[in-house]
Amino acid sequence: MWEQLSDFYLTYQSTFAYIGINALLAFSVYVSLSCGQLALGSAGFAAIGAYASALVTMKADLPFPVALAVGTLLPALVAVPLGLPVLRLKGIFLAIATIGFGEVVRLGLVNWEYVNGAQGIVAIPQKTSLWMIYLAVAVTLFVLWRLRGSKWGFALEAIREDEPAARTLGIPSTGYKLAMLVLGAALAGLAGALEAHFTFMVAPNGFGFSRVVDMLVYAVVGGAQGFWGPLAGAGFLTLLPELLRELAPLVGIEPGPLRMLVNGVVLLVVILFLPAGLMSLPRTLRERRAARRAAGAGGAAA
Amino acid sequence: MGQQVINGLFLGSIYALFALGYTLVFGVLDILNLAHAAVFMVATFVAVALVGHGLHILLALPLAVLFAGLLGLVLERVAFRPLRARTDSNISGLISSLAAATIIEAVALEIWGPNITRFPFGTLPEGPANQLQLFGGTVSRLQLTIIAVAVLLVLALTWLVKGTRLGREVRAVAESPRAARVLGVNVDRAIAAAFFISSALGGAAGVLYGLAFNSISPDMGRGVELKGLAVIILGGMGSMPGAVLAGFALGLTEVFVVASLGGSWRDAISFAGLFLILLVRPRGLMGAAVTREA
Repeated sequence: MWEQLSDFYLTYQSTFAYIGINALLAFSVYVSLSCGQLALGSAGFAAIGAYASALVTMKADLPFPVALAVGTLLPALVAVPLGLPVLRLKGIFLAIATIGFGEVVRLGLVNWEYVNGAQGIVAIPQKTSLWMIYLAVAVTLFVLWRLRGSKWGFALEAIREDEPAARTLGIPSTGYKLAMLVLGAALAGLAGALEAHFTFMVAPNGFGFSRVVDMLVYAVVGGAQGFWGPLAGAGFLTLLPELLRELAPLVGIEPGPLRMLVNGVVLLVVILFLPAGLMSLPRTLRERRAARRAAGAGGAAA
Repeated sequence: MGQQVINGLFLGSIYALFALGYTLVFGVLDILNLAHAAVFMVATFVAVALVGHGLHILLALPLAVLFAGLLGLVLERVAFRPLRARTDSNISGLISSLAAATIIEAVALEIWGPNITRFPFGTLPEGPANQLQLFGGTVSRLQLTIIAVAVLLVLALTWLVKGTRLGREVRAVAESPRAARVLGVNVDRAIAAAFFISSALGGAAGVLYGLAFNSISPDMGRGVELKGLAVIILGGMGSMPGAVLAGFALGLTEVFVVASLGGSWRDAISFAGLFLILLVRPRGLMGAAVTREA
């Protein structure tokens, strides 16, 4: 029994680790979305966190907690001078500027000889354990839970719904938006640092545009309205490929394309029919049934 | 020097063509269509398949472009029209276009596989007989043809948008869908037309890119997609002359950066430029001077 459990753990250890890491990354996009800002610099922040922490453990020979702290704080510091000018942009323009930032970080790393350019850093000591990842997820959930219903939470909601109106009410929207960008950068950096010390290696191409798209997809599929959403989305979409790998031979499609196809279809269905994410599915179904029952009753009365 | 200019114009003409379609949809709908690069890629594969079936490239090109346009109509119907009434349609539209791009790429990956596909040998005349000496540089006939086709398509689009009734309707919708509807414009039709034209141009850019570099794979659209963003930001979102100008500017800049700093810095330039433009002059070279309260 014990042996089976430990077998199970060994087989799925990396899946569980990735659910946690992906959840942290999804949260990093979510916190900006929670005040209506589509900021897509998280891949760049994660790259900074991963590289900084790897250099701390390997070149400076400092203990792992220091590496994690550096990996979390450095991206957060970078986010301040980035955010001040960039957050003046709205909607799509903010998204594009932050994508540009992420690509500049990635291409800078590709061209940086000291960290082996496109090959990246290898043989990073494995220091991340599963409990560290889930402790970080739990702390994030706790903070987001405390935020809801607080003065901060209401301010963020006001900015999301109508920023000019929020400003008129005396809410310093720039400060709140910057704080969320910095928090997102810290989360992404922490995820990057944990990932680097879990997979032994980091390479610039692991932090490209498609990575930040994944993060956005986790947040949106799970639901960007409530704070559980990003965790649910990351869990669902990280487990899905495991299921699909079993399923692929049955439908006669290669696992790679099948995974992409299902991801695309899930995203399209969610954005078209469940704008509040998978987490809202039970509520949506309940409301729809209630509406149908009401319509039926109305028809019977007439 | 002359050689660099020719290479830059050649690269720039493809960027311009790609960005033109990108910016057209943005101008009309305020939506960034991230599936544009997927259409670009699929059209190239369709052209390769047609040539593989024995069609001449001059026949395969327009057919692939037509296919791209029709795919654009499907995209509009499935991924964009249902979201139009939503208040956050620019963010949800971006996400649904990502979903569409993923689906298209998955289908291409399943049909054609992840490896690099090439046009069959002899699709285009090659060899020293087809090289010309011009301004102190060597140009192949293919490069000249690609530049000519691109310029022709840009001129055709300009005429379509400025000189025809359909073009006026599209511009009216871009200005204000509600006002256009009051004036009797069929808004749905105008938006569908914009998508058709945009995707057809994207497809044309793809086929020309495929012919130029002859290295076609399901992820070939990704690099161009982000560069296309840089081009439309530089040109000013929604501005078509801006997109053309910026496309050529990026092509020339890249070629000169490669010549002076080395190949690995090529891509960094477009993103650093994009970033600076957004900070210093968000409306780009030729964008309208309105602040967008998205």
